[in-house]
Amino acid sequence: MRWGVLQFPGSCDERDALHACSLLGEARLVWHEERDLNSIDAIVVPGGFSYGDYLRAGAIARFSPAMEAVSEFAAAGGPVLGICNGFQVLCEAALLPGALLLNDTLRFTCRQLDLIAVDGPETGHIDTFEARRPMLSIPAKHGEGRYFAPEGVLDALEANGQVAYRYAPGQNPNGSARDIAGVRNEAGNVIGLMPHPEHAVDPLTGSTDGLRVFEAVAAAGVPA
Amino acid sequence: MAKARVLIRPKEGILDPQGKAVERALPALGFEGIEHVRVGRMVELEAENPERLGELCEKLLANPLIEDYEIERLDGAA
Repeated sequence: MRWGVLQFPGSCDERDALHACSLLGEARLVWHEERDLNSIDAIVVPGGFSYGDYLRAGAIARFSPAMEAVSEFAAAGGPVLGICNGFQVLCEAALLPGALLLNDTLRFTCRQLDLIAVDGPETGHIDTFEARRPMLSIPAKHGEGRYFAPEGVLDALEANGQVAYRYAPGQNPNGSARDIAGVRNEAGNVIGLMPHPEHAVDPLTGSTDGLRVFEAVAAAGVPA
Repeated sequence: MAKARVLIRPKEGILDPQGKAVERALPALGFEGIEHVRVGRMVELEAENPERLGELCEKLLANPLIEDYEIERLDGAA
């Protein structure tokens, strides 16, 4: 599998994302002015502060040539993973539903936390499926990670199986609606989350659970 | 060029932690009785085609999912 990791001015996690991808296949950086994604099977939009995050996080990156190409890539069924700022960019680009707001604590959060990987439709309370969902230990670090969508949209996301990751009970670090840490689009090939799986791929840093996020994304797309 | 000012604020009902933090700080400064503080943003600009400002707000200056905006023309035009 050939991975492409976007790089905007102000990205800062693209190197770790590149390393994580290289553990699962070939990987290269895609500069924000590039449009040609022809040789790429999966895209990662990495964390950082694209274009300085001026105006709103992710608002300006969405208009880059590379993101236009990613929109077409996603529409064709190609797998796309947005991490942190990448998640914000995908929401701003309307490739994912919802928006990320300032943490309710007003503080930047940086901690290792447990994520519940959700892989299908959910209508029940979080307690009822906790036991049969894999738990991933992954770090989160962000100031604007409070997931928001109107109530009706949240209901639809849960009913359609579009909630991809939730913070484990009691570990929601930012006030996200319904403990949502990550979502997928309706087709399932675009996934975004606030925590950083690319920082959890080596036993040296305490967890390799992040690789399972990359594997899930690789499996989610339509092969090119 | 037409001068305009765009006011952007969090939508009603969306928690605005910045507003809350400001509100909580006020009593300590002797400002009692201030409520419902909301913190937004203001953009001033000059536009060649001011009739497109609405579109500009929808696409970039505001995120309509979470923010309301108002366009105020500073040159007297409506």
